[in-house]
Amino acid sequence: MAPRKKVPLIQEFTKGFVHENPVLRLILGTCPTLAVTTSVKNAIGMGVAVIFVLVGSNVVISSLRKIIPDKVRIPAFITVIAGFVTLVQLLMQAYVPALNDALGIFLPLITVNCIILARAEMFASKNAVLPSLIDGLGMGAGYTAAVFCMSTLREVLGNGTFMDIPLPALRAGGYFEPMLILVLAPGGFFVFGIMVGLAQKLSEQMSKKGVPAPDLCAGAINDNTACLLCGGCSLGRGPAGETAMDRMARQADERAESRKETTDSPGRNDKGGSNA
Amino acid sequence: MKEMLIILFSAILVDNYVLSKFIGICPFLGVSKNLKTAMGMSMAVIFVLTLSTAITWPIYNFLLDPFGLGYLQIVIFILVIAALVQIIETFLKKSVPPLYRALGIYLPLITTNCAVLAVTLMNIEQSYTFIQSIFYSLGVGFGFMLALFLFAGVRSKVDYADVPKFMKGLPITLVSASLVSLSFFGFKGLIEHLFS
Repeated sequence: MAPRKKVPLIQEFTKGFVHENPVLRLILGTCPTLAVTTSVKNAIGMGVAVIFVLVGSNVVISSLRKIIPDKVRIPAFITVIAGFVTLVQLLMQAYVPALNDALGIFLPLITVNCIILARAEMFASKNAVLPSLIDGLGMGAGYTAAVFCMSTLREVLGNGTFMDIPLPALRAGGYFEPMLILVLAPGGFFVFGIMVGLAQKLSEQMSKKGVPAPDLCAGAINDNTACLLCGGCSLGRGPAGETAMDRMARQADERAESRKETTDSPGRNDKGGSNA
Repeated sequence: MKEMLIILFSAILVDNYVLSKFIGICPFLGVSKNLKTAMGMSMAVIFVLTLSTAITWPIYNFLLDPFGLGYLQIVIFILVIAALVQIIETFLKKSVPPLYRALGIYLPLITTNCAVLAVTLMNIEQSYTFIQSIFYSLGVGFGFMLALFLFAGVRSKVDYADVPKFMKGLPITLVSASLVSLSFFGFKGLIEHLFS
């Protein structure tokens, strides 16, 4: 938990776009990303909701960061986030009911979206209010940019429309037959896979040009925290591509082994391992 | 009974949470590397899903709804789930050590697994009865397990494939997930014929 170096505010904002893009580089919040990118309208709606919750929760958490006890910080963060999510849901129900229906279950699921929790844990809980606000804006904008690109690809190639406006050249009888599979579930995984690959390539090239490589694993603070946040970090960053999840499983195995050895010691070898 | 079976099987095969609804992708990508962790995680998910449904359904229907507090459901549900997971962990550690050893490390991960919150909210949205909700959450849990197991098998083959450098690692994993998800299209329309 080394104190952060002074970073210009503008950089706090721009880092969310490519290098530390929450979706394509940090691989956070995958579920809603895949689900809402079937149409550009939904993706923008989701992006706005995420920006709102991210900025709101970042500001509140950062202003409460000295009051919240360290041990119960995760439940406290979740409560704050859930409050903002409820707010967004009620607002959307009132003013844009069609969008609310289209986003469906993914709107309340912003509560457990790891982008927001990870920013609260990594940034807002140890920075002042203003940088946290900018960080929230930047990360939210990076999220929106990523889902916008993905949804454009999927909607244009899969449905032959953009923002529900038909593109005649891409409809049946034009130059190109829309590939319906791209708007369906498999297309989501496919487009996302390709985009993560491209972002990886792009970021590698930026690193070569001297932009420092970002600290990708959100779990930088504590080996297991971020992976707890994300319900199983999917990125193998330990030695030999070991994820934090794998490491925890291995450590648990080792503990079980050593326990067995002690209980199997002479005198107690009839019922190894069971203790009343 | 027929209705229960329809709910159960459509949650497992047709509306598979991971592969067709995109809920619970993080653990799906994170723990599908080998069968052992996949087993532990899916067992823990089934366990917590069913228990949290059994608790949140009465809370909503007997406490929140009659008093017009339905808008608090997200806050209340997520806190109930977080507390429940903590209680289960402590209880298992003290009383059922073998089970704790099998599920222990996966339990803390479950609080932020979106499948749990999604199922509890869906039960309310679909206005299922208590029994229907239990069957639905079992179905979602087993569907999660099925997807995880199938994908763990695919993934062990992908590791040996020679892919372009920029696609190595996560990107190719996602593309193979897309193919597994495509295979689940085979189950579309199954339910009507199975129980008609």
